[in-house]
Amino acid sequence: MSLLCEVPSPSRRAVLATGGALFAWAHLPRFARAQSARDPRLVVIILRGALDGLSAVGPIGDPDYAGLHGDIALSLSGPHPALPLDGFFALNPAMPTFARLFKAKQAAVVHAAATGYRERSHFDGQDVLESGFAGPGHVGSGWLNRALEAIPEGDRVGVNGGLAVGPSTPLVIRGAAPVLGWAPQFLPEAGDDLALRVLDLYSHRDPVLAVALKQGLETDRIVSREGMSGDAVKPKGGADTAPGMRQAAQGAAKLMAAEDGPRVAALAFDGWDTHVNEGGATGRLAMLLGGLDGAFEEFEKGLRERWKDTAIVAVTEFGRTARINGTIGTDHGTGTVAFLAGGAIDGGRVIADWPGLKDAQLYEKRDLYPTTDVRAVLKGLLADQFGLSAAVLSGTVFPDSAAVRPMTGLIGA
Amino acid sequence: MAGRPDPNAALTALNRFGFGARPGDIEKAAGDPRGFLKAELRRPDVALVSLDDPDNVDLLGSTPALQASFSAEYQRKLERERTAAAMQLTPTENSPSIIVLRPDAPTSEAKPAQGSAIPGGTNAMAPGNPPAMGKPKSDPQIEQKIFRAEARARFEKAVSADAGFVERLVHFWSNHFCVSVAKSNLVRVTAGAFEREAVRPYVLGRFVDMLAAVERHPAMLVYLDNQQSIGPDSRNGQSGKRGLNENLAREILELHTLGVNGGYAQTDVTAFARVLTGWMMAGREGRLGEPGSFVFNANAHQPGDEMLLGKTYPAAGVGQGEAVLDDIARHPATALHIALKLARHFIADDPPAAVVSRLAKIFHDKDGDLRALANALVDAPETWDAPMTKLRSPSDYLIAIRRAVHPEPMPDPGPMLGGLNALGAPLWQPPGPNGFPDTASAWASAQGMKVRLDLAWQTARQVKNIGNPSDLLEAVIGPAASPESRLAVARAESKQQGLAVLLMSPEFQRR
Repeated sequence: MSLLCEVPSPSRRAVLATGGALFAWAHLPRFARAQSARDPRLVVIILRGALDGLSAVGPIGDPDYAGLHGDIALSLSGPHPALPLDGFFALNPAMPTFARLFKAKQAAVVHAAATGYRERSHFDGQDVLESGFAGPGHVGSGWLNRALEAIPEGDRVGVNGGLAVGPSTPLVIRGAAPVLGWAPQFLPEAGDDLALRVLDLYSHRDPVLAVALKQGLETDRIVSREGMSGDAVKPKGGADTAPGMRQAAQGAAKLMAAEDGPRVAALAFDGWDTHVNEGGATGRLAMLLGGLDGAFEEFEKGLRERWKDTAIVAVTEFGRTARINGTIGTDHGTGTVAFLAGGAIDGGRVIADWPGLKDAQLYEKRDLYPTTDVRAVLKGLLADQFGLSAAVLSGTVFPDSAAVRPMTGLIGA
Repeated sequence: MAGRPDPNAALTALNRFGFGARPGDIEKAAGDPRGFLKAELRRPDVALVSLDDPDNVDLLGSTPALQASFSAEYQRKLERERTAAAMQLTPTENSPSIIVLRPDAPTSEAKPAQGSAIPGGTNAMAPGNPPAMGKPKSDPQIEQKIFRAEARARFEKAVSADAGFVERLVHFWSNHFCVSVAKSNLVRVTAGAFEREAVRPYVLGRFVDMLAAVERHPAMLVYLDNQQSIGPDSRNGQSGKRGLNENLAREILELHTLGVNGGYAQTDVTAFARVLTGWMMAGREGRLGEPGSFVFNANAHQPGDEMLLGKTYPAAGVGQGEAVLDDIARHPATALHIALKLARHFIADDPPAAVVSRLAKIFHDKDGDLRALANALVDAPETWDAPMTKLRSPSDYLIAIRRAVHPEPMPDPGPMLGGLNALGAPLWQPPGPNGFPDTASAWASAQGMKVRLDLAWQTARQVKNIGNPSDLLEAVIGPAASPESRLAVARAESKQQGLAVLLMSPEFQRR
């Protein structure tokens, strides 16, 4: 019985991180740059379970909306009025921070959006959303990691790598480029000496585990230097609770604000599969949206002066049925919303080619018809934030997507 | 079969099929490693957890457990109302009212927990860390007590098993048919009973019987919302207020049986959802049957024939759904789906195609006989020859540590539950109905490996009498240990450090 099979050869950057160079790769010479130069950051939040876009951002101007969405439809009147975004769309009242950012032109909504996936399996849908491939079945790496790989050598976005928040790494940021990992945690720490011995053993016997452990330890180094300890890192709740989402964002913001911290991050929030008692302006979905809203607030606070260079995008695998089901919830659907926030966003807009909600206008007579490909939004962000070319974006990052043009103008001049 | 002792194969038997070696296990298995595994499969009732066992007095069947939860919830409700009345306040965001899934609750009653310390109900918290959630301090709820008793019994069974092959199968099927305690207290109080009642009795029996037991179990009916699904044309659906919920129907087809590419369409999902209307758990007041038991509620069942996967199922009450389950359990797509998942679990993330098709054929030819599949895994050359590329899952890793270091009974499941939380795999709380991932790439994360290091160190510091870590290395990974691992353990600066290095060595992490 041989111990290990062939392991993929480590990437260029991963080689930097092997052996005795343990803590060295984050101390590469800093790149000289003007104080005022843009230092862009990108945060991707995966909302797992399929967000009901019609309850998050309600098309209150559409004559068919209230009838379809029934008791959980948003409305500008009543005890919990929705927050108007423009004459047609209104935001769930659980999201006051997003509404404020929207007014300040630092947040935008893309509506009636979906990936290219047209079935209704969460797990295939998430794989498509996160892998960046046109269809399911590709789970080796995610588009955000391949974007990191495509960033020119020496650029600090690539040097500082990515950050995965949570105990397991979301597919969207898995891959060959180095990724740090962080989650709220309360365990006594193993000492450096033990860590170095185990790393040395891995570097001889198991390169895959060597890379993973090294990146975990590197995060710890930044975490302790930034004073993230004690109560601040005790878990406050799961990824499907408002305090849990807020805390994940708080930690990620602190790490990303550091000069030598990661420039891109992926977070995953759970619980959006609202088949039963979804609620509208109040209730289960509103609780979750409040958590997402809290995450936006924590990023704004924690990134401080870096907020102005930051773009956050929150996306989900697909939407939910336009018509509520028999249990005051919604079943798996198609078109939904993507949220954009951050100082870098050219906001104050709901970007939508609205398909309408009449029976014949719905996808398969049940779902919001998708008129915008989510990949266009993601490509637009990567192009404007990191200067990735359309060819790279349609090549390795989102394979076979040349027909999906990057959406322009999402990032402010 | 028994010939010269084969310690290499013995370690494979213990690692690949089981939960790892306790000191002395390799010698026990070395004479006949395959026979060692098959003997465990033959042991009568090996998969069962008996409620008659004096260690298990705290365990309850799902029906009495649900009744206990119903009455506790009723008491808590009265308490909340008393408190609210005493404060002359209607419940507000700051009251301990909990957002639970109540089908009849007007939606305006539920409060958003935005920005407050209230999570999505007590339900949403991880099992090990309720005190961190700002809850009022009081005796643990009955649901949490039962949950912990079930957890203890489960860990105990895995740590004390000969190899643990049968327990690995139990964990595999429990994850295949997963429920999540994050759903509600009703799932928290029944998750352990669900595994004991719907998985364990059939783990060496027939797939169709396990499927039938799982899909009518209250834990599953609550978890995947069938509890609320009402036939639009049924007596209860006449008002037009409530109707179909397709969650359970979809996940049975996609995850439990055919697989996502199994050849079904949205129309099949919807038809199956109608077929399953009326499959419910009887509630607290017992109008439909004994509270907390499975009932078929004809008043909620969609009347009429249904067409599913090209076949018409005539109206037959609960029998209509049973007929569908009977058929899809035997569908070729199900055989392939299960074969692939089993091979991925026991052999490699991308298992050899030959072994997958062989297992699928056995599944089909033997009518889903899971004992035949278990024996086939033992007989397959691939399970013995494949390199150790799988990474132990968080649960397997923690159990392997206990077996190596202190395999004695554990009165308190807390440390194991806390370890699972830290590693991102809280017990019976997967992120979605597809369960926890079963591939190395999902678990070999930066954060995951860092937490394993901290856990290994914490374990090593707490072991009272370590002895010589090199001796323990021989006893638990000896035949597979690389010269580098031996040297790293031998050269450690302390026994504690040597033990931690052993628990982190590639040969202990992988299987």
